[in-house]
Amino acid sequence: MSLVADHDSTTQDPTSAGRDLELRAVTKSYGAFTAVRSLDLVVPQGSFFALLGPSGCGKTTTLRMVAGLDTPTAGTISLGDREITYDKPYKRPVNTVFQNYALFPHLDISENVAFGLKRRGVKETKKAVAEMLALVELESQGSKKPYQLSGGQQQRVALARALINNPEVLLLDEPLGALDLKLRRGMQIELKRIQTEVGLTFVHVTHDQEEAMTMADTVAVMNAGVIEQMGAPSELYDNPATTFVANFLGQSNLLAGDILGPDGDVVKVSVQGTTVSIPIERCHSEGGKGWVGVRPEKVMIAEVGGEIDAPGNRFEGGVVTDVSFVGVSTQYLVRMPWGQELMVFEQNTGRRPILAVGTPVDLSWRPEYAFLLDASQDAKAGVEDGDD
Amino acid sequence: MARTRRRARFTGYWLMLPSALWLALFFLVPFYSLIAMSLYDPEGSSLTGYDMTWHFANYVDVVQAYWRPLLRSFWYAALATLGCLLLGYVLAYAIAFKAGRWKNLMLVLVIAPFFTSFLIRTLSWKLILADDGWIVNTLQAVGILGPDGRLLATSFAVVMGLTYNFLPFMVLPLFASLDKIDHRLIEAAGDLYASPARGFFKVTLPLSMPGVVAGTLLTFIPAAGDYINSELLGSPNQRMIGNVIQNLFTNQGDYAAAGALSMTLMIIITIGVVLYIRRAGTEDLV
Ligand SMILES: Nc1ncnc2c1ncn2[C@@H]1O[C@H](COP(=O)(O)OP(=O)(O)OP(=O)(O)O)[C@@H](O)[C@H]1O
Ligand SMILES: [Mg+2]
Repeated sequence: MSLVADHDSTTQDPTSAGRDLELRAVTKSYGAFTAVRSLDLVVPQGSFFALLGPSGCGKTTTLRMVAGLDTPTAGTISLGDREITYDKPYKRPVNTVFQNYALFPHLDISENVAFGLKRRGVKETKKAVAEMLALVELESQGSKKPYQLSGGQQQRVALARALINNPEVLLLDEPLGALDLKLRRGMQIELKRIQTEVGLTFVHVTHDQEEAMTMADTVAVMNAGVIEQMGAPSELYDNPATTFVANFLGQSNLLAGDILGPDGDVVKVSVQGTTVSIPIERCHSEGGKGWVGVRPEKVMIAEVGGEIDAPGNRFEGGVVTDVSFVGVSTQYLVRMPWGQELMVFEQNTGRRPILAVGTPVDLSWRPEYAFLLDASQDAKAGVEDGDD
Repeated sequence: MARTRRRARFTGYWLMLPSALWLALFFLVPFYSLIAMSLYDPEGSSLTGYDMTWHFANYVDVVQAYWRPLLRSFWYAALATLGCLLLGYVLAYAIAFKAGRWKNLMLVLVIAPFFTSFLIRTLSWKLILADDGWIVNTLQAVGILGPDGRLLATSFAVVMGLTYNFLPFMVLPLFASLDKIDHRLIEAAGDLYASPARGFFKVTLPLSMPGVVAGTLLTFIPAAGDYINSELLGSPNQRMIGNVIQNLFTNQGDYAAAGALSMTLMIIITIGVVLYIRRAGTEDLV
C-alpha cells in the first residue's frame, strides 16, 4: 500500500542504510531534578520500539528530546550517522503524535492533516490527505474543526497528521490512550500494519503493557528516569532483571531466599527451608540473599498431597485465602506458613473442581520458569496501586 | 419544579437590569436628543430657541463643510491604530511568551499611565516636543530636523500622541489572546516542519486574531473621535473632527451642525466596524 510512501523525498535518503535512532548517555535535568538519567538506547531502523513505564518516569521527556522540543542536558542523539542532538525540530525527519493531540484549533481536519506537507512545499495535498483520513476512518470529518470531534477522533487526526509526513522516526506519545477498547485494538493492528509496510521506525510510549507487548519488537521498561530493562517482550516477561520489571510487567511472586551457590547450570537457593534451583541465565544476583521470582500462572497448585506436574520440591502448608473466578482462569491467593500470600493463576481446564477458600494446598513450579533477583531491591517496586 | 426552571431562565435578565437601566438613562436619552439636535432647523440659535424640523440637509451641509477634518480624523486614527498594532503586538507577545515571572509586573506597567490623567500626560508631551525642548534640539543638532523644523504642531505629533494614549487599549486584548494560546500548538507546528517564522504566521497570528480585532476597534474608534491630542499637540492644520464638533458646540452654539456631524461620525464608524468584523469573522482573513 502506498498510503504514506509517496512523498518522502525530502526526508529520506534511501541510499543510507542502517539509519538507527541512537541515544547515548542522554540526561535531562530540570534544576536539581533529573527527569531522564544517562539513557542509552538504540532503536534499529524500521523497528517498533515501545517505551513503557509509570506516570512521570520521563517517557514524554525522552520523546521531546528526540523530537527536538527539549535539549538534553548531556549526551547525544543521532539518526544513522547524523547527530541531531541540537538540530531544530523542523529540521528533523521526526514527527510526533502528541499526548494531548495539539491539533490546530483554527484549521479544519483536512488542513490539520495537510499542515506538515504544506510546510515542506508540497502543493497537491488533497489526495494524500483523503487517503490518510480514510486510513483513520475519518473520511467524512475533513471539513470539521477539531473541537467538533470526540477525543478518540481527535487522537486519530493527530495520528494522521504525523503519519502523512512519512518521517524516518515516528514518536507516539500514548496515541491510543483515549480510544475505547475495540477501536484501540483496531488502531493497534492498523499501526503495526503501517509500521511494517512502510518500514518506519516507531517509538511508542504507552502505559498499557499489553499494548507494548503485543505491538513492539523491543520493549524498554523505564522507571524514575532510567531504563530498567530492554528486550523482546517475551524475554522481558520471562526473565525480568529487576523487581520493578517483574512487578510492572505482569505480576510476580517474590520469595526471600538465601543463595546457596551455583550447581552446574543452575543456582541453588534456600527458600524457607526448601531448596529451589534457578537456571543460571535467570540469576540477577551475586550471592547472599535474593528474591526468588515466579509468575502466578507458572505456580501449580494441588490439595495437600495431591499430584503436581513439576519435578522440583514442593512448598507445603499453604491455605487458600481468596478465590477469584475470571472465566478462562481462576486466581487464588494462598497464605504460606511463613505468612506471605502467593498468587496462583490456574487455567480452568476442568481437570478438577475449583478449590474453595480454606482448602489446605501445596504449591510448586517448574524450575526453568523461576528467576532470581537482587535482594537489595524493593520487592514492591512497580506494583500497581491498590494491588497488594 | 417547573417554577424553579422558569425562575432560572429569567435570572439572566434580572442580572442585566441594572446595566440596562443605566444605558437607557445615559445612552438612549442623550442619543435621542442627539438625533433630534442633528435635525434642528439651522436657523435657530440659543436666543431664539431651536425647532426640530427634520432638516436632513444638515448632514449634507456638514459633510460639505467639514469633509477634510473628517477624512483627516480617519487617516490619523488609522495611522495611530497601525502604530499601536505594531508596537502593541511586539509588547503583548513579549509579555505573553517571554516575560516569565515578570508578566504581572509588565501588565501593571502597561496600565500604569492610567494612574494619571489623560490630559496631564498629553500636556507633558507638549513640553517634551516643545520647540526648544531637548528632543527637538537634539534632532536639529544631528540634522534630522532642519534649523526651523519642529515636532509640536505637526501631524506627527498628533499621531504620536494618539498612538501613545491608546496603546494600552491595544496591548491588553492582544495580550489576552496571545496568553491563551497553548504553547504546545507552537511546538507542534515546529514538529511539522514549520520554522519559527512560518509557525508564527500559520499558528500564533491566526490564533491571536480575536485580540487583533478587539484591539484595533478599541484603538481606532476612540482615536477617530479624539480631540485632545489634536488640540494640545497639533495646530489648526491638524484639526480633527472632534475639534470641529467641540468648537461648533461650545463656541459657536451651532447645535444642529454639531449634532449632524456627531451623527455622521457615528454612522461611518458603525458601518466600518460592521464591515470589519464581518470580514475578520471569515477564515480567509488569515
Ligand atoms: N518543564 C519541566 N520542568 C520541570 N520538571 C519537568 C518538566 N517537564 C517534565 N518534568 C518532570 O519530569 C518528569 C518526567 O516527566 P514526563 O512528562 O517525561 O513523564 P511521563 O513519563 O511522560 O509521564 P506520563 O505517563 O504521566 O505522561 C516528571 O516528574 C515531571 O514532573
Ligand atoms: Mg507523558
